[in-house]
Amino acid sequence: MPKTNYDVAIVGGGHNGLTTACYLAKAGLKVAVIERHSYVGGAAVSRELHPGWTYSNCSYVCSLLRPEIFRDLELSKYGLQIIPYEGSATMLDDGRFYAHYSDHDLNYRSIAQFSKKDAEAYERFGKDVMRQCKIIKPLLKMTPPDPTSFRPKDIMGLLEFAKYFAAKDELGGLGEKEIYDTIRFWTMSVRDYLEEYFESDVVKAHLAGSAIIGTALGPYSPGSAYVLLHHYMGEVDGTVGAWGYSRGGMGSITKAMAASLKANGGDIIAGSPVTKILIKNNRSHGVVLENGDEIFADKLVSNLDVKRTFLKVVEKKELPDDFYNAVKNFKIRGSSGKLNIALDDLPIWKSIPEGDPAGTGDLHITQSIEEMEGAYDDWKDGRWSQFPYVDMCIPSINDPTMAPQGKHYMSVFVQYVPYNLADGGWTEEKRLEFGKHVMGRIGSYSENFNDIIKHAEIRTPKELEKEVGLTEGNIFQGELTMDQLMFNRPIPGYAQYKTPIKNLYMCGSSTHPGGGVMGAPGANAAREILIDLKKQFNSHYI
Amino acid sequence: MDNSLSFTKPLLETPFHERTYEACYNNDWYRWAGYKIAREYSNTELEYTAMRNTAGVLDITPMHKYDIKGADAIKFVDKLVTRNASEIKSGQVMYIIWCNEDGNVIDDGTVFCFDSNHLRIFCAERNLNWFSDTAIGFDVEVEDVSDTIAALAFQGPLSCKILNLLNVKNIENLRPFYFDDFDLNGCKVTISRTGFSGDLGYEIWCKNEDAISVWDSLFKFNRDYKVLPAGMNALEMVRVEAGFIQPNADFMSAEQALRPNRMRNPFELGMGWLVDLNKNYFTGKKNLVNLKKKTLTKKLVGLDIQGDKPAIGSVLYDKNKKEIGIVTAGMWSPSLKSNIAFGYVDKDHMKIGSKVFAEIYHPEELEYKKIWAECSVVKKQFFNPPRRHKVPAEI
Repeated sequence: MPKTNYDVAIVGGGHNGLTTACYLAKAGLKVAVIERHSYVGGAAVSRELHPGWTYSNCSYVCSLLRPEIFRDLELSKYGLQIIPYEGSATMLDDGRFYAHYSDHDLNYRSIAQFSKKDAEAYERFGKDVMRQCKIIKPLLKMTPPDPTSFRPKDIMGLLEFAKYFAAKDELGGLGEKEIYDTIRFWTMSVRDYLEEYFESDVVKAHLAGSAIIGTALGPYSPGSAYVLLHHYMGEVDGTVGAWGYSRGGMGSITKAMAASLKANGGDIIAGSPVTKILIKNNRSHGVVLENGDEIFADKLVSNLDVKRTFLKVVEKKELPDDFYNAVKNFKIRGSSGKLNIALDDLPIWKSIPEGDPAGTGDLHITQSIEEMEGAYDDWKDGRWSQFPYVDMCIPSINDPTMAPQGKHYMSVFVQYVPYNLADGGWTEEKRLEFGKHVMGRIGSYSENFNDIIKHAEIRTPKELEKEVGLTEGNIFQGELTMDQLMFNRPIPGYAQYKTPIKNLYMCGSSTHPGGGVMGAPGANAAREILIDLKKQFNSHYI
Repeated sequence: MDNSLSFTKPLLETPFHERTYEACYNNDWYRWAGYKIAREYSNTELEYTAMRNTAGVLDITPMHKYDIKGADAIKFVDKLVTRNASEIKSGQVMYIIWCNEDGNVIDDGTVFCFDSNHLRIFCAERNLNWFSDTAIGFDVEVEDVSDTIAALAFQGPLSCKILNLLNVKNIENLRPFYFDDFDLNGCKVTISRTGFSGDLGYEIWCKNEDAISVWDSLFKFNRDYKVLPAGMNALEMVRVEAGFIQPNADFMSAEQALRPNRMRNPFELGMGWLVDLNKNYFTGKKNLVNLKKKTLTKKLVGLDIQGDKPAIGSVLYDKNKKEIGIVTAGMWSPSLKSNIAFGYVDKDHMKIGSKVFAEIYHPEELEYKKIWAECSVVKKQFFNPPRRHKVPAEI
């Protein structure tokens, strides 16, 4: 028998891998996180790619990170701070802008400029979405029960699921009408959903953005309303749906997790990727790194997406064919690009005045849902969108640690960008052309943008895949559609963080409840492992 | 600023009033020692965030300030307070509490040592009578200089950086609990590295006539670093996170308690570390020696509470539902993402790690949700980042 070095080794040091590791280390296990880069963080990193500037070069804003994980892992003690947003805006071609503000009354007046009815409807919309968030909240920290199983655990789980679904604790119970609403919300298109509330194209376009970010769906695609919910179910200090900046960039989250892990005796083995998971008699017992090192552990956990795990590091011969095929068919389509830009000064917008809180949160360029659907059509045709949905922000306005004094860092998320281009695939020239196209779009809404760019990192799905390891550069480790959620995520029958291989678990965003810097998959996976080891899982519940 | 006595205007305005009035969009004023101080300028959450992310400016002019002058100045303070103050050096600040003869706490504050003949005490409550009585027999004069000095707390991770940008020379090397004179925007000011936020921060003391200039200078770099004026609501949040207790909120001052059993001694407040029973006689010593030998029956502790609903005013119970104490301050901490509180517990639940229960009444759409929340007893100091103590401070 090989010498066992660790109780548990986690393959991949993203935020979920680190979360799993932290909980296991806190429970007294000997844990190691194996990360291919010299730094941990996966897609939650802060990187100085231009001297003096810190880029959150993958994920860029924070809301979904579960407060109970923040609390359990004592991330404040290890330096993590979240700075709440004060507003957001959509810039329009006619020189106006549509803004949302954290101040309730200002927000009403801002929407009323476009439609008084919509300003009022926004309150109803907010209440309804909040209700859905309250229903979904307890499900996030739950291992999805298998509806086909008769094991007591699954039957109990289904009862628990039904109880949560009826929102007895969170809302004092739902009626029939609300349950129908929930099922509709989870399956509708965002366009249809917003149509039920709003009349103004601008209002609808501003709100629909959350439903297409990171998703290979258009606003007319059924199921896109759920993606909006997925972006709303986070919170900042009890304000459901609120977003904030992680002080020092998104890497502060994973740095704090790494420090928490080390404080609990966990190891981080960084610098060489895992090339193979060692399996004998259908049991995993270790990994081989690219540098030839072998690390042995009683249990292994993969933070890699399900495709990368089972198509790249587990050998096919070890897997049942139907599982292998299901993994191959898992939808994980690249649809997003990202620009990280170092700016010499604050951009002057043609519409939003300097100092307006609307300019300090997420800024969008889009005119209507139809334009967004058109952008999706381009993606289907294998082109980057001519009129992309742009979700950009300037974290350095609120976070003084991101850029030198008076200079700024801008994060630009771009939807849609295909993983493969129809006209012969990505080349270096095309990557630069894509960046130029996006910067040109932004430039047309600003007086000075083109003159203040000092450096830009341009990332297509290819770069996201190459650097972070996300298959096709899909930011959620798999589409957030109903066929791939809950007990179907990632693969029906394998939604409980376990795999066909004994002692091999999954903890990444490919598992329930999915993507975003949430940590819930990592925490849930840790709980399942501890249950298997007959150990206590201690957590706050918020 | 018109502070003439008028029956229609019972409250005083501080020398910063012209600016605070302008900034206080909500027109929400708090009465502090007879002054008008903003409770919330426009958004408590943002004011709090400024103190944890950039810097916040608080008008703390209403702090009471007492000059202690004379050859026995140090001896006087040493008799007044429970700590050994005999070794205090010029330029040093000491956190102090003082008790009555029964050993019950009257107030807390800071003492600044200018030189061995001149100290100054800053505190929240009026103490002229108490200090004057204590001064009998010492070669000292106690003078209330409260209205002659304007004061701002400048708290937050960028506070040193901004003072440095304002050419306050060598400010980064000022150690915690020290003070010195500096030039700020052409005004002679005293700056101490002290404050109520538990973060990097300073308190700036200036002449009334320089107040506006000092205020304005702190906002000079706002295009790059968003400094906000912060009100009392935000201050309340940071002080609880920092573990600082407040008279008449977390305990009744022994001079003000109507009911004798509401008075608290330093051990009950978790301030035993401030009591030096080996030093010369000080007010309250005799009883504190006895109290130290006795088992404590109640103690103010920190609480880490399950869930996210603040336990404001909650009664505390043991696992058998026996009432054991009460919460004095409770909040959701945005920095810690934790539900924190100060509360009194009985002798069986004082140890760190003890479990107690809080009965929380959380208002939800015109009904109360009654929550039975488990609490862990923890240290009161919830938030204590390394940057608070770093020398030189971050610029």
